[in-house]
Amino acid sequence: MTQIKTQFNRRSFIKISAAAGGGMLIGFNWLAGCAPGTKPEEMVAVPNEWFDINGYIKIGDTGMVTLYSPNPEIGQNVMTSMPMIVAEELDVDWKNVVVEQAPLNTGLYQNQFAGGSLSIRLSWNALRMAGATGKRMLLEAAAKEWNLKISDVTASQGVIKETNGERSVTYGEIAGKAVGIEVPEEVDLKDPKDFKLIGTSVKNVEGKKIVTGKPLFGIDYQREGMQLAMIQHPPSFGMKAKSFNQEEIKSMAGINDAFIIDTTITEPTWSDVNAFPQLIAIVGDTTWQLMQAKKALKAEWEVVGELENSDTHQKRLDKALADGSVEESRTDGDVNTAFKKATKVIERTYSSPFMAHNTMEPMNFFANVTADSAELVGPTQTPEALEGSVAKLLNMPLEKVTVNMTRMGGGFGRRLYVHFGLEAAAISKKIGGPVKLLYSREDDMGQGTYRPIYRSTYKAGLDENNNLIAFSVKGAGLPGGPVFPNRFPAGAVENYKAEKIGAQTNISTGAWRAPRSHFTAGAEQAFLDEVAELAGKDPIDFRLELFDRAINDPVGEKYEYEAERYAGVLKLVKEKANWGEKKPGVFRGVAAYFCHFSYVAEVIDMVMENGKPVVQKVWCAADCGIVVNPDAAKNMIQGGVVDGIGHAMYSQLTFENGAPEQLNFDSYQLMRHSQAPKDIEVFFVENEIAPTGLGEPGLPPASGALANALYRATGKRHYQQPFSSNQPIVG
Amino acid sequence: MATFNLNINGQKHQIDVDPSTPTLWVLRDHLNLLGTKFGCGIAQCGACTIHLDGVAIRSCMTPISVVEDGAITTIEGLSKDGDHPVQKAWLEHDVPQCGYCQAGQMMSAAALLKNTPNPSDSDIDDAMSGNICRCGTYVRIKQAIKTASKL
Repeated sequence: MTQIKTQFNRRSFIKISAAAGGGMLIGFNWLAGCAPGTKPEEMVAVPNEWFDINGYIKIGDTGMVTLYSPNPEIGQNVMTSMPMIVAEELDVDWKNVVVEQAPLNTGLYQNQFAGGSLSIRLSWNALRMAGATGKRMLLEAAAKEWNLKISDVTASQGVIKETNGERSVTYGEIAGKAVGIEVPEEVDLKDPKDFKLIGTSVKNVEGKKIVTGKPLFGIDYQREGMQLAMIQHPPSFGMKAKSFNQEEIKSMAGINDAFIIDTTITEPTWSDVNAFPQLIAIVGDTTWQLMQAKKALKAEWEVVGELENSDTHQKRLDKALADGSVEESRTDGDVNTAFKKATKVIERTYSSPFMAHNTMEPMNFFANVTADSAELVGPTQTPEALEGSVAKLLNMPLEKVTVNMTRMGGGFGRRLYVHFGLEAAAISKKIGGPVKLLYSREDDMGQGTYRPIYRSTYKAGLDENNNLIAFSVKGAGLPGGPVFPNRFPAGAVENYKAEKIGAQTNISTGAWRAPRSHFTAGAEQAFLDEVAELAGKDPIDFRLELFDRAINDPVGEKYEYEAERYAGVLKLVKEKANWGEKKPGVFRGVAAYFCHFSYVAEVIDMVMENGKPVVQKVWCAADCGIVVNPDAAKNMIQGGVVDGIGHAMYSQLTFENGAPEQLNFDSYQLMRHSQAPKDIEVFFVENEIAPTGLGEPGLPPASGALANALYRATGKRHYQQPFSSNQPIVG
Repeated sequence: MATFNLNINGQKHQIDVDPSTPTLWVLRDHLNLLGTKFGCGIAQCGACTIHLDGVAIRSCMTPISVVEDGAITTIEGLSKDGDHPVQKAWLEHDVPQCGYCQAGQMMSAAALLKNTPNPSDSDIDDAMSGNICRCGTYVRIKQAIKTASKL
C-alpha cells in the first residue's frame, strides 16, 4: 500500500441536482454510456440525487457512479481506461459505472491533452488519488454513522461493511451523509497485487454507441441555428489568399456569406503551426452547397514565400548531411580511429518522405463567438492550447473561452494543432452566430502539419572477431533531424557518434504518431540487421550482446533506455515466436525499439504468395509497465503495427511548386484490408512498474521488422520509403 | 431543386433538394442520420458505405436522384436494437479504436455476409478493401466478420 498526498483543494461531497448529475455537457445522451453488454435491468436505477466529489466522481443515491474521463479520446481508449483506474481505487462495481467526457477544466484536472502517449502515464497517480479519496470519505461517513473508527469499516464493490458486525451500506445510501466530511490530507492507494479491475479486459465504454452509429464525433455536433462553413486554403505552401469572386459565391444557392479570414495570432506557441493564416471561408446551409461553392471559386493567390519542390527537399537533405549545423549530438570514444582499425565497415543511408496524418474524420470544429464569450466544441488533442489561442485571436480573457471535447475520428498528432478551431472561431465572430467548420479531404491533406522528410546515414565497424567497435549515425530532416543521440546503441558501443541535423522548409510539419521514432527505429533496426549479417550473427543474439555491454560495462554518459527491459522484450518475442525454429517458406524479420518510456519487440513472418511478399503473422512483445486494460492495449499495439507497416510500405506526400501532389486516397495510399497482416499476436511483460506509453510504441519497430523480413523473402534490402515504389505490393 | 420520395430504414421521407446532392449529405444534413460518415468524397475510403437494396454502395458519390426508387439502409437501420450479428461480433472483439470508419466497415461486412454467409479470407479482402481503417483494426475486423458468420 502506498500513501499519497491528496492535493485537492479543500472541499467535500457536494449535493447537486439530478439534472446536473448527468452532465449533458455537449448534448449527447449520457445514459447510453454504460458499459456495453450491461442490460438496463442489471444496472442500478437512475438516481434522484447526485453527490459530486472531486471532478472525477459523482455518486448517485441509487449507487450509480458517474466517472469523468478528463483527457481527449482519439481512439487510444482512455475514455475506458482512465475511469477504470478511478473505479479501481474507489472500489465500485464497473457495471454501475457511467462514463462521461469531462470538459476542459484546468482547475479540476491536469494534463488534459492526448499526445506523447502520456495520458495514463501522467495521470496514473491523479486518477488513483481521486478514487481513493472518494472511497476514504465514504468510509468515514459510514464509520461516523455507526460510531466506529475508520479502521473498523471496509469497502468493496460499492458496499461498506463493518469488520466486526453485520451492518452494511452501499455507496449510494451513504453518499448523502458524506456531505461535510473533510477531504483527507493523505489517502492509501492499493497494492497493485490487490487490483481487481486494472489488468482485466474491459470493453470500450462507447462500443455500443459506435456500432449503432450514434452521433459522437465533432462532425456530428449540432446546435440550434448553427450554420455550416468550409474553407479554401491556397493551393501551395508559400502563398496566401488575396481576393476571390466574393459576390458570385455569395449569390449561389444556399450560400449565406463568403470572406477572407485571418487567424494570425500574437505570440504563437508550438500548437499554432499554420501555413495558411489567411484563407477563404464560405458559410452556408448545407455541406453539398458549400462544396459546390468551393468548386466555383475563382481566387487570386499571392506568392509570399518559396514554392518548394520534392527535388528541392532532396537537395536540402543532401546539403544538411554534408555540412548542416548539428542540433544535438553524442560522442563516445573516437569513431574515426575505430573505423580505420575495423576489419569490416558498412555504411547505409535510409530515407522517408513527408507524410500526412489522414485522420479518417477530417478537421472540423464548432464555434459560437459572441461579444463577450467564445464556446468551442469539437475534436482536439489539446483543448487547453486551443483555449489559449482563441483567447489571443479574439483578444478575450481566458475565462470567457470554453472548450468541450467530442470523440475524435483519429488524432495521430494532427489535432495537437489548433488552427481549425481558430478558423471556426474567426468565422463565427464574422457572422455573429454559431457555426460548424468542416474540411474536405483535400483541404485536410493539403494543409497538413506533416510528418517531416528524413534521411539518415548509418556506419558500423567490426573488428576481426566480428565485434561492433564503432557506430555512427548522422540524420537530417526538414525541419528537424530524426536522431535520438542517447538512445540505443548509445552505451553499448565503445566508439559512438550520433548527430541530429535540421534544415529549413516552409512546408508546415508537426508531430506524427511516434515523432522521429517511427523513422529512426526502422532505419536503425534495418541497419543493425545488416550489421549482424555482416558479423555472421543471429540478429537477436547480436542485439542481446550489445545490451549485455550496456548493462555490464556501459559506455560513456547515461543513456536513455533501461537495457534490461529492452533485452527483456527481445527475449520474450524470441520465445513466443519460436525464433530459432525453421519454418520452410516463412521469412522472418525482427526489430525492437524504445520510445515513450516503453519497449516493444516485433517479429514479422512473411511468405511469398504468387511471387508477392505477404505478412502472414506479426509477433509483438511489449513492456509498458502495468497494463490497465489488456485487450484494448493489444488493439493499440496491433494498430501501431498496421500503421508502421502500411506507411513504410505505401505512403508519401510529394510537392511540385509548393503544392502537395497527393490530395486524396486515390493518389495517397493507406494500407487496406487485403494488404494487412493476417494475424498480430501481442504479449505483455508482466511487472508492477507504473504505466508508460502505449499509443505510439507499437509503431516504430514495425517498419524495421518489415524491411528485415522483406530482405529474407526477396533478397533485397530496402532503404527508401515507401518500399512499394520499388517492390511489388504486399498482399 | 426537386422533390424526392425516399425509403430509408423502412421509413418514408420526402425532401426537396438539388438532384446532384450525394446521398451522404441528404442523410447527414437533411435527415439528421449522422451515423454514415464523410471521409474522402470520392468513394475511396468507404466511411460513407450504406446499402441500396441490400448492396453496399458509397453514398458520397451516389446522387440522391439515383436512389429514389430503392430501399436504403444505414447503420442506424442495420438492426432495431443494435443486435445485428455484425454489431454483436464487433462488440465481442472490441474492434473500434477511434470508431469513425466502423459504420462503413460494418455496412460492407453485413452486405458481404448476406451474399456469402461463410466468407473465406479472400472473400473478406475483396469485399472490404474499399474500406480504410486508419487506426489499423483490420485483423479484428476480419475476426469479427468470421464470428458474425457463425451468429
